[in-house]
Amino acid sequence: METKNLTCIGCPMGCALTVTYEPGNRDSVKVTGNTCKKGELYAIDEVTNPTRIVTGTIRVSNRKNLVAAVKTKDVIPKSKIFDVAHELMKISVEAPAKIGDVVVADICGTGSDLIITRNVE
Amino acid sequence: MNTKIAIIGGGPAGLAAAVSAFDAGVKDVVILERDDKLGGILNQCIHNGFGLHTFKEELTGPEYAERFIEKVRERNIECLLKTIVVDLSEAQGGGVTVTAMSAEKGMFEIQAEAVVLAMGCRERPRGALNTPGYRPAGIYSAGTAQRYVNIEGKMPGHEVVILGSGDIGLIMARRMTLEGAHVKAVAELMPYSGGLKRNIVQCLDDFGIPLKLSTTVTDIKGKDRVESVVLSKVDEKNNPIPGTEEEIPCDTLLLSCGLLPENELSSMLGVDLSPVTGGARVDESLETSISGVFACGNVLHVHDLVDYVSGEATEAGKHAAEYVLGKTPAGEEAAIALETGNGVRYTVPSFVRPGRLENFLTVRFRVGNVYKNPEICVYLGDKCLQRRKKQICAPGEMEQVMIKKSDIEAMAPGETIRIAIETE
Repeated sequence: METKNLTCIGCPMGCALTVTYEPGNRDSVKVTGNTCKKGELYAIDEVTNPTRIVTGTIRVSNRKNLVAAVKTKDVIPKSKIFDVAHELMKISVEAPAKIGDVVVADICGTGSDLIITRNVE
Repeated sequence: MNTKIAIIGGGPAGLAAAVSAFDAGVKDVVILERDDKLGGILNQCIHNGFGLHTFKEELTGPEYAERFIEKVRERNIECLLKTIVVDLSEAQGGGVTVTAMSAEKGMFEIQAEAVVLAMGCRERPRGALNTPGYRPAGIYSAGTAQRYVNIEGKMPGHEVVILGSGDIGLIMARRMTLEGAHVKAVAELMPYSGGLKRNIVQCLDDFGIPLKLSTTVTDIKGKDRVESVVLSKVDEKNNPIPGTEEEIPCDTLLLSCGLLPENELSSMLGVDLSPVTGGARVDESLETSISGVFACGNVLHVHDLVDYVSGEATEAGKHAAEYVLGKTPAGEEAAIALETGNGVRYTVPSFVRPGRLENFLTVRFRVGNVYKNPEICVYLGDKCLQRRKKQICAPGEMEQVMIKKSDIEAMAPGETIRIAIETE
């Protein structure tokens, strides 16, 4: 069994959660310190399959002093955040580009596309 | 140039106000925006989490802004970009004279029947913080750094300390980290963070960045460039405690120490301002002390969520349109004042004319401290009308209460409405 301390993000209470679990076994997760159901659900996800949306910027090959804003269209595993961040430093897009344009499909094997989030004129 | 409604600022508040005024029947609306694009500060807020209330999905700032920009375009609402308003004054014979300036048109005037103030807010600068030390390069407000990184693609530095744990500071801690910087600490003067829990977890905890509460910067070292900052613990009166100094080598200090509504133009016009919010004192229709002049968004009071800005601006736009169309409900009776009781820093609105209400009065406010298991209480005169239990109230979150029009109309003359936080 492993133990992890988390802060719940469900509301401003920010309950201090203590989670004990057997890695890889969702049914083994036990949460204490939560004051509502939200805390339990959050903790279970956080120790079994933590995910995040990654946002950032990439270069615009034909513009100076301007970067394009991008995000992963869907949540990706938390462990892949830096893989995506490093990839963003290598790639670029050509202006013009529109919100929703796919820059990279299935970025870093996360299953999520990287899309433009700010129109580039 | 003449217009029915001039909207000062093309950020989230100005955009929503323009759309709402148009939809309420006033087609002659003009937005004045000093930047070269609409959207305001949302353009540099490229992180996600916007629009959960309005669109039921998590958008980034620019995506949220685009939803409203499209609405403005669909309606062909006139937008004067790269145009800065330099003066507002009451025109002889009614209305407001808007004096504006642009490279294209030079200085020009617009006569407006009504004005919506939607100028947003500015960051509290270093000069307002009384931070000791030299004035080397490498000290930025967090929002300035955000613009450099997220729009211009320039990194302000590599070894970073952040003072202030408001949401912009937290967001920038993550942003700088993902761009390869080493964020060594976030220091917060108060014993709690003013930021959302979600941001503390996802911007600091995710990356192992320490949050140092009850801590401030007591020295900035380095002559040409920041070389280190000294952090000290503070006592309950926020005075640094000798002997607790910790010197952290770094090349960059970001300041995220609060936002101030930008009301220079409102002052020129003679609008009555609240010393607490720095924004206008408004009535239930978001009308200021000058008739036909409305305020909404961060220029009125600093909001936590953009969704609430859009909602408030929609109200302001609608009331501005009613004013222009002569449809403002009577409500000429004496206004009832809203007072702040225990724990409540301010309320918006500051006063209410019950005759002008539709069904409910929505009161937004912020508390001055962290309260666990509080009750939000509404008093009409001496009578307690509502008691609502909450798990927590914190200064970082806006609160709201709704009061029925009929309850307000039943108040005796001279009575006031008071909002208070009560704990056991």
